Amino acid sequence: MMTERPLTRNIYPDRPPMNLKEYEQTGGYAALRKVCSSMDPAALQKLVQDSNLKGRGGAGFSTGMKWSLIPMDDKAARPKYLIANADEMEPGTFKDRLLLEGNPHQLIEGMILAAYAIQADIAYVFLRWAYHEAAALIRKSIQEAYDAGYLGTDILGSGFHLEMYLHTGVGRYMCGEETALLNALEGKRATPRAKPPFPQISGLFGKPTIVNNVETLCCVPHIVNNGAAWFKGLSYSEDGGTKVYGVSGKVKRPGAWELPMGVTMRELIEEHAGGMKSGYELKGVLPGGASTDFLTTQHLDIKMDYKSVAAAGSRLGTGTMIVLDSGTCPVGFVHNLQHFFAQESCGWCTPCREGLPWVEKILLALEKGDGKPEDIELLQMHTQFLGPGNTFCALAPGAMEPLQSALKYFMEDFEKHVEHKKCPYD
Amino acid sequence: MLSTTEKEAIDHEIGLVPHKRATVIEALKIVQQHRGWISDDSVEEIADYLGISPAEVDSVATFYNLIFRKPVGRHVILLCDSISCYVMGYKGLYAALQHKLHISFGQTCPDNRFTLLPNACLGCCDHAPAMMIDKDLYRDITIEQLDDILKKYA
Repeated sequence: MMTERPLTRNIYPDRPPMNLKEYEQTGGYAALRKVCSSMDPAALQKLVQDSNLKGRGGAGFSTGMKWSLIPMDDKAARPKYLIANADEMEPGTFKDRLLLEGNPHQLIEGMILAAYAIQADIAYVFLRWAYHEAAALIRKSIQEAYDAGYLGTDILGSGFHLEMYLHTGVGRYMCGEETALLNALEGKRATPRAKPPFPQISGLFGKPTIVNNVETLCCVPHIVNNGAAWFKGLSYSEDGGTKVYGVSGKVKRPGAWELPMGVTMRELIEEHAGGMKSGYELKGVLPGGASTDFLTTQHLDIKMDYKSVAAAGSRLGTGTMIVLDSGTCPVGFVHNLQHFFAQESCGWCTPCREGLPWVEKILLALEKGDGKPEDIELLQMHTQFLGPGNTFCALAPGAMEPLQSALKYFMEDFEKHVEHKKCPYD
Repeated sequence: MLSTTEKEAIDHEIGLVPHKRATVIEALKIVQQHRGWISDDSVEEIADYLGISPAEVDSVATFYNLIFRKPVGRHVILLCDSISCYVMGYKGLYAALQHKLHISFGQTCPDNRFTLLPNACLGCCDHAPAMMIDKDLYRDITIEQLDDILKKYA
């Protein structure tokens, strides 16, 4: 049986993405027509909730549930906003790029539908600065959508109005955190906001706002066209839909593939990525980006869905995995990650601002052969101090995930650095 | 003084948001696009135009990685130093670039041709190692290809 891959079916690596006409010929904007003529916002919210779509940005929160928290009565503050989080910057993650460059109209249709469901007035694509090709494509596609009457006033005669803008960032990992993203859109430093109030109540410019990941929004037109049961049926697990998975590192064929939610890690690495390059063995895997706990060879047969990866002690995250091979030093690997997190900490809260550079320095000392036995205890201590509940947002706790699991699975490597006073992989 | 072109571009952005202050990032991008970097004078001019303090503008300008508060060369090389590129050997590329250009991260060639900067994940981890020169993305780079790539930038 051919597995269905609705999100990437019309994406071809060697061809430019479909323009509006081609997109329409393959069924594009049919979902918007259907909704505009026969569904009220409440019905669309219910449909997405029934589909069991969960946020593909990393946190895995139910999309329908998120939408249901937005005020829908006549007294709701206006304008309401819908934002596509396209600030893909989790190291090791390259799935949204595929969707942005491969089928921009799919995202725009998903955004219009989401905006309809929450009755938003203004939509933004918050795009990573580095995605220059995507920026040009989205700008062009938004214009095409305006020209066709899918954006602007009284869309398809439904009485629904929506303006859509592209915002390109200027580089900061924090912009991916939804409240920091709102601050960035308001022209401020991308520091996180206290919750509550949640963005649904007081978001961009203090108005009701929903922020959804690119891949999440791209699922919406297909749910409308084919129904909640169909969407759930695409999956091998209780989470609905397909997932764009990715593998990078020393595998034979690194890449990204849309597959049923819940394929095993083994299938991804051994079949789709072609297994390890010759001369290298699999030592560990970050299953969903830089801020997820390591899993190892003993976990190869777990399903890559939210619940199964969590049960194994990690997170599905973005679903794009980074492979640690037998020739790469785990301490150096984790040092690289902590360098990133220390650099990208926004400085808003003390444990993150002070703790991450400390962790980075300890790891560097270990790598250089200057480590002391007590350094390992210090690292352990930081995984507690910077863990959940001690910081303002999820950046530092996320940074501690690969560190705490590296200490768990690769302790011998840490100890060897101290014992031999050098990196054993050099 | 902000030029007429710069002012017009900033005014366009002001028209899209509820208050002028929200355009600080856009204003910085616009001015940097015209002048290559953001000087102290640029900070003050933007602050004046938007009616906020220079310190406030600077707090934003210094927060974001791609706003340059120092002059940069004619071309900016952004070498990805994040995890997939680390595994796939960006350090070898960095050493080769240092050797060829005689500059390290954060420095500019004496003839102003290149500025070399480290950069967080460029989102093409399946084609690591990667780097970006100006707006051009290079993937699956080997040390042997560097000369040909650099040649394109005068």
